[in-house]
Amino acid sequence: MRKKVFSLLLAALMLTSLLAACGGSSGSSAASGGGEAVAGEEGKIINIYSWNDEFKTRVEAVYDKIDHTSDDGTITYLTDGCEIHWVINPNTDGVYQQKLDEALLRQDSAATDDKVDLFLSETDYVVKYTDKDINVAMPLTDLGIDPDKDLADQYEYTKVVASDADGVQRGSTWQGCPCLLVYRRDIAKEVFGTDDPEEIGAIVSDWGKMKDAAQQLKDKGYYTFASYADTFRSYGNSISEPWVTVDGPDVIMKIDPRIMEWISDSKEWLDAGYLDKTIKGQWNDDWNKSMGSKSKVFAFLFPAWGIDFVLTPNWDGEPGSWGVTTGPQDFNWGGSFIHGCTGTDNPEHVKEIILALTGNADNMEKITRTYTEFSNNTVVMKKFAEDDSFGTEFLGGENPFKYFAPAAEGIEMTTLSPYDQGCVEIIQQSFNDYLQGQVSFDQAKNNFETAIKERYPDITQIIWPEN
Amino acid sequence: MDAKRAKRVDYSKFGYFFILPFFVTFFVFSFIPLVDTIRYSFFEYYRSGLKEVGPNFVGLGNYIALLKSDLLRYAGNTFTLWMLGFVPQIIISLVLAAWFTDARLKIHGEQFFKVVIYLPNLIMASAFAMLFFTMFSNSGPVNSILMDMGFAKKPIDFMGTVGGTRALVGLMNFLMWFGNTAIMLMAAIMGISPDLFEAASLDGCTHTQIFFKITLPLIRPILSYTLITSMIGGLQMFDVPQILTNGQGSPDRTSYTLIMFLNSHLKASNYGMAGALSVYLFIVSAILCFIVYRMLNDDGEKKSKRSKKKEAR
Repeated sequence: MRKKVFSLLLAALMLTSLLAACGGSSGSSAASGGGEAVAGEEGKIINIYSWNDEFKTRVEAVYDKIDHTSDDGTITYLTDGCEIHWVINPNTDGVYQQKLDEALLRQDSAATDDKVDLFLSETDYVVKYTDKDINVAMPLTDLGIDPDKDLADQYEYTKVVASDADGVQRGSTWQGCPCLLVYRRDIAKEVFGTDDPEEIGAIVSDWGKMKDAAQQLKDKGYYTFASYADTFRSYGNSISEPWVTVDGPDVIMKIDPRIMEWISDSKEWLDAGYLDKTIKGQWNDDWNKSMGSKSKVFAFLFPAWGIDFVLTPNWDGEPGSWGVTTGPQDFNWGGSFIHGCTGTDNPEHVKEIILALTGNADNMEKITRTYTEFSNNTVVMKKFAEDDSFGTEFLGGENPFKYFAPAAEGIEMTTLSPYDQGCVEIIQQSFNDYLQGQVSFDQAKNNFETAIKERYPDITQIIWPEN
Repeated sequence: MDAKRAKRVDYSKFGYFFILPFFVTFFVFSFIPLVDTIRYSFFEYYRSGLKEVGPNFVGLGNYIALLKSDLLRYAGNTFTLWMLGFVPQIIISLVLAAWFTDARLKIHGEQFFKVVIYLPNLIMASAFAMLFFTMFSNSGPVNSILMDMGFAKKPIDFMGTVGGTRALVGLMNFLMWFGNTAIMLMAAIMGISPDLFEAASLDGCTHTQIFFKITLPLIRPILSYTLITSMIGGLQMFDVPQILTNGQGSPDRTSYTLIMFLNSHLKASNYGMAGALSVYLFIVSAILCFIVYRMLNDDGEKKSKRSKKKEAR
């Protein structure tokens, strides 16, 4: 009898604990429901997909609703009780896109708090997301932003890039990315006898002169650039046709003659000793160290974000040791676009964030002042370019916008395709073996074809330029 | 009547309830995906950007395409990389096991050394690879030490050469697994009756003779078990070369393993190709498993036969 009572008691206990668990979860969902009511129609959680914390720092700097960010940096609390959840995955090897794509494919069935509300894309793959048939990036007008009025001061090319085939703008960026030659002042003085941006600019004004300068640098034991990857964008962004064109069932990849020129020029420069052979590509430890004070590398081709986000953290010497000037060629490198994601439950917040970062001249000026960012605002940039009193300590008091602003005018980008990131990565990786002398030219071509077909199985034909 | 029935609970069936959770989870999380993998291997099914292509039935198309690609080359790479790790691993493990179990040597702090040699296995393989990647990079500590000591004038490009990359992968696999193998072999050696060793040493055997004539033959079953499990592990080699070569198997894909190949198909969500590759790997693993199974069972049968013979006598 006693046993029976005991077992009954146990069973009852188990049941209650089960019920308690259910009660707990229903309680919490009720709480989040209450939160929604406070913020109107908006959800409580804003999910932002990004590949590093660059965007996060910009939002924290200028979005007026920011309260504080958690210590681990994953959640930012807003003053109206909402939370921004940062979902950050690395860009390399397509990891970011893979994670984002998974989330976007789940978007319809996801719970409102799990939906992607805002995501970023890079110039290399922005067109993949602004495609009107795929419709994952909301047209800005649907968010209540009028590009012609609210974003009137943006650089024209950034608006073109972020628009779909019908010219409907589906994204907006806060930065422009014209590249300049960023050089070490001490090396310039030793080799060329001057570190004045104007005079250095004249020495490197085209690729022919650049090569003469490279020989002079080599004679004194310096490298012109760290690696062949550093010059890739200046070739890769001046291709005459998109990497991939879709023609009915055929997906044709054409390798542009400019890419082949990059390969042959890189080989020549590398063999001549103008580049450091031990540095293979970018974004690795060797490359980072080449920006240190012990390095023998004279210059990098960087946009504004490169100076702030890459060069500054890696430089371990005195501030003021670098200078900028116009390089041998105007080109664009990178640029992060902000998109409101179709199906978001926070359209108001998304609109506010986009406007705060890309449509508000005061905020953009603040970002430029704090981070030396090249803001996507012609008026602000003109103001900075003409302001002789502005200078950055890192560049020895030089005003980089004097050179950035005209460089941005010369940028044209009409040859983008959704396949660009894979192409850019794989062509550099495949020909790295060739440039390092590990494989023949033809073998590198084969390796490129193999790798690109693995990454994009839908490519049916690969055409190399004849020469 | 009722009370009688209630008392006669059939406890023998309870066992099924206890093993049910395993079978349910296995069915849902392993069996269904397994069948799906095989099914998709006959389809063209991948994602291009955000557009899904397929599934379109292509029969054995994926299997043929794989054979036409560099599949066999990657299988060769995998085998080479595995051998580079396995050969030193088994030699060192055998030597260590023989030393530690030798009653005449009486090594002090045996327990301590057992822990130490096992330690590398506790580090995550990817973290270990990351560490090596940094240490052996052109501007890494290994190169600075070599240059400071005057062994090298220019930094040695370890990961830029076929031999260097492969040797590093082999070295890492060796470091990670030799402790594990050594401990397993020690257990095997300790399972041998001490009488045999005693008798051998009384008869004047040298260490070498004892090792080759007594220890080695008697631990053969465990040795072959180690060989086969290591082979299956080697077949699945992924994280070390993936991290060390940035997923490229560079230079020229000479350190590109089968699972890295699988991974690059999964990057494009190419379920068809990846499925076909998995089926190939499954077949090879199944054959290896079958060999282990036969080996272990045969051994048991032989022994039981022998003991039966003894009984008969």
